[in-house]
Amino acid sequence: MIQAPDLPLWAAIVVGLFVLLGATITLIGTIGLLRLKRFYKRVHPPTLGSTMGTTCILIASVTCFSVLQSRPVLHEILIGIFVTLTTPVTLMLLARAALYRDRREGRKDVPQD
Amino acid sequence: MSTLVLALAITAAQIILGLAMVCAAWRVMFGPRAQDRVLGLDALYLAGMLLLLTYGIQTGRTLFFEAALAIALLGFAGTVALAKFLMRGEVIE
Repeated sequence: MIQAPDLPLWAAIVVGLFVLLGATITLIGTIGLLRLKRFYKRVHPPTLGSTMGTTCILIASVTCFSVLQSRPVLHEILIGIFVTLTTPVTLMLLARAALYRDRREGRKDVPQD
Repeated sequence: MSTLVLALAITAAQIILGLAMVCAAWRVMFGPRAQDRVLGLDALYLAGMLLLLTYGIQTGRTLFFEAALAIALLGFAGTVALAKFLMRGEVIE
C-alpha cells in the first residue's frame, strides 16, 4: 500500500511536510481530548485538528493536485470553508447543552456566567 | 527517490491519523458522560475525513475528496442533532 504520485522534488517536499504536520497536529489535539480532566477543558483541543490540521492537509492536497493536473485545483478549499464555519457552531451548541445538563443536576463545579 | 520519501511521509501521516482516531474512539467508548462521547465522535469524524484526504493525495484520485466532503457534511448534521438531543431530549420539536 506504500505508493505516492510522481511529483517534482519541491512539490514532494511541500506535500510531505504539510501532510506530516497536519497529521501530527491532529494527533496532539486528540491526545489533549484524552488527557484533560474536565469536559469544559476537553472542548478546546479537538479544534486544533479542525483548524491547523485541516489547513495543512488541504494545502498539501491543493499543491499535489495542482502539480499533477498542471492547473490550479482549488475545490479542496470547500472543505476548509465548511469545517471553519461549522466547528464553532457545533462546539458552542455542545458546550451549551453540557452547561444546561450540569446546572440542572445542581453541580457546583460548573463555570459561572 | 523523492517519490519513495513522499510515500513514506504519507504512510506515516496515515498511521498518525489512525492513532488520532483511536484516541477519539477511546473517548467515545469510555467518556464518562454523554457530552464527552459526542465530543469524541466529532473528533473521530474529523480525523477520518483527514485520513480520506491523505488517501486522495496518495492515489492521485479526486474520488476521495467527494467522500471527505460528504463526511464533513454528515458529521456536522450528526453533531448538531446529538447536541440538540442532549439539550432538549428530542431532536425535532
